[in-house]
Amino acid sequence: MRRRLALARISTFAAVGLVLAGCGGDAEGDDTAEGGGTAEGGDITLTVATFNEFGYEDLVADYEEANPGVTVELKKAATANEARDNILTRLAAGSGLSDVEAVEVDWLPQLKQYPDQWVDLGDESVEGRWLDWKVEQATTTDGALIGYGTDIGPEAICYRADLLEDAGLPSEREEVADWLGDTWEDYFAAGREFQEASDVPWMESAGAIYQAMVNQVEFAYEDTDGTVIATENPEVREMYDQVLAASEEGLSAHLAQWSDDWTTSFQRDGFATMVCPSWMLGVIEGNAAEVEGWDIADTFPGGGGNWGGSFLTVPTQSEHPEEAKALAAWLTAPEQQIRAFQSKGTFPSQNEALESEVLADTTNEFFNGAPTGEIFSARAEAVTVVPFKGPMYAAVNDAIQQALGRVDVDQTDDPESSWATFVNDVEALG
Amino acid sequence: MSTTVAPRRPAAPAAPTPPSGGLTWRQRLGIWDFRYSPYLYISPFFVLFGIVGLFPLVYTFWVSLHEWSLIGGKGEFVGLGNYTQVIAQDNFWVGLRNTFSIFLLSGVTQTLGALLLAAVLNQNIRAKTFWRMGVLLPFVVAPVAVGVIFSKMFADQAGLINTLLEGVGLPSVGWHSDVLASHVAIATMVNFRWTGYVTLIFLAAMQAIPKELYEAAMIDGAGRVRQFLSVTVPMLRPTIIFVVITATIGGLQIFDEPRVFDQAGQGGSSRQWMTVTMYIYELGWGAQQSFGRAAAVSWILFLIIIGVGVLNYLLTRRIATGETTRTRTTPAAAPLVGTVPAGTAPAAATTAPVSDPPPTRTGKDPS
Repeated sequence: MRRRLALARISTFAAVGLVLAGCGGDAEGDDTAEGGGTAEGGDITLTVATFNEFGYEDLVADYEEANPGVTVELKKAATANEARDNILTRLAAGSGLSDVEAVEVDWLPQLKQYPDQWVDLGDESVEGRWLDWKVEQATTTDGALIGYGTDIGPEAICYRADLLEDAGLPSEREEVADWLGDTWEDYFAAGREFQEASDVPWMESAGAIYQAMVNQVEFAYEDTDGTVIATENPEVREMYDQVLAASEEGLSAHLAQWSDDWTTSFQRDGFATMVCPSWMLGVIEGNAAEVEGWDIADTFPGGGGNWGGSFLTVPTQSEHPEEAKALAAWLTAPEQQIRAFQSKGTFPSQNEALESEVLADTTNEFFNGAPTGEIFSARAEAVTVVPFKGPMYAAVNDAIQQALGRVDVDQTDDPESSWATFVNDVEALG
Repeated sequence: MSTTVAPRRPAAPAAPTPPSGGLTWRQRLGIWDFRYSPYLYISPFFVLFGIVGLFPLVYTFWVSLHEWSLIGGKGEFVGLGNYTQVIAQDNFWVGLRNTFSIFLLSGVTQTLGALLLAAVLNQNIRAKTFWRMGVLLPFVVAPVAVGVIFSKMFADQAGLINTLLEGVGLPSVGWHSDVLASHVAIATMVNFRWTGYVTLIFLAAMQAIPKELYEAAMIDGAGRVRQFLSVTVPMLRPTIIFVVITATIGGLQIFDEPRVFDQAGQGGSSRQWMTVTMYIYELGWGAQQSFGRAAAVSWILFLIIIGVGVLNYLLTRRIATGETTRTRTTPAAAPLVGTVPAGTAPAAATTAPVSDPPPTRTGKDPS
């Protein structure tokens, strides 16, 4: 019943959460004595919480075999957001977290605010295992490493070769990469050229491109000391104006990413190009089933870019931090991540895995047989900038995406007044 | 009151020894049992309510007076600081506007629609049970599923509804971009789910209305519409009050449907359909992680719901009594009663109760 549920919801929000927040801290100490595992040296159970698909099912069985006395329990949440809410709630409660918790890069900054809640996983044995920027993402300002990298989302440009060909433009992978150029201005110029010969919009939306651009800026919204500089940062305003100008020129299909219109548009020549991280291939293939012509260009305007990726962390709540750390280290070792890649397609973040033959030989039939392993390895190496993401990053980014959405997708506002609203929204966060 | 007074009287004669000092232990126990046991029997509800209803309410108020973070927990005491802070936010007022707009759009159409639907189902139609169960079917569907399906139908560019509109030559509607259109779309989801449920409540109440009233009204010459307005609606007064009040409580806390209306779940780029409960969620679990502010908005919402609930009660009462007074004082009633016996003698017997119908009684007592 909605009415009851609604009431229950209020109490859940306002009460249970708060009760937990209120008294959780003290309870922590007492819990350890009666915990799930048994005494030192005996059998222990380690829980691993992941979301979506990490491809760990088979690996866990192998680990149990190699380590008698250790039982590993996998818990999977359906979505990353669900996992985040779960972690935050249990962090607030002071108990209930798994021994190994998977964390997505987008909300890692939120967790980094509480470094004492996470075991420092820094260890000589794992030094140099990952791409430098991947390690940097999980390193706190004090130099503690709170997460072992699992997968990454290096970005390339996916495009509809058939539409480019119809417009009399280059459509072969290498030619397109050259033609698209190196900067975002080149990318928009290519779009204008395409637009002259075709009715199909060049890109999904201003917001999607902006997202890729802002991920190439080191200090977009905040300074290292946490001051929010988003509204005064000329770089941000420049990107904002640039993508909206492109939208005004008719390059945008005005489709908000993940909306129903966006999903449907794959079946009806909605747009010609899109920014695509490695994990987007599956999304495109699903949405554009039966559509022929998708391909991938080994290039990315404005230098490399990364979108998404995850980490394995060990909360200090864990009763077996040492064992949990060993398990996390094993799961994120190159050999295991290659297996996860083979099973679920999560693109590895480990240097050794990126050079492996398995990866190099991977091609994708749907994308005209593109050598995806090779392309995305190259894209991963092209990433040079690690954007600084403080606690307010996600909120400011939401606000500016909404500002772009008002102008580009809803078309209910103009760039100037939408920017003013954005400035207002950011001030309200304080 | 009368129930508590009544048992006391027999209790006194049960103890023949007059002064309290002379009572035996057993007698005293008997008196206590008589006096206090009823309270003990109903106490589980109040104990439970105290734990899961009252305590959270009070605790939320306590939280709203502090700086209180999702993870960091309790901070400084700020008094009403959280309240003044959120009231100064544009988004709070936008949320309030959206909530009321969606509530009115869904609540009013839902109640009126259900009333009419119930009236139709209350007629002697074929396959009654089939139809009655049929209206309840949407209620079985999970709200989020409804949200997902409807947000596809209401998609701006390629949605079913816009395709249909364009098919008949009408302009397409920006179901997500336009404020009012988005409210209509969400109200439609709510109505889809709830109209059937409310219909069944009304139907149950309608079936409890004595048939004689309708027979009498028929003989008095009242048509279907007049019967509906002058007999059905006044007789449903308590049910209407119940439905309106529960609809208010639920409607002002609407969350699921607007939350899944798009993928981001924040109520649109200009917060076109962000409701107050979504704002609470955003304050507490979003970037600010401020339980203090979330609790403050929760309390404001609580007070608003009480305010609107009372207003509703007064209004519905007035409307419903207005209806009954009309039936009671309508000058047509007397002549009608008078004319009927002239026509058919046996009918006069059945008509007799009409001059003193139950609605008149229920209408008279409180006023």
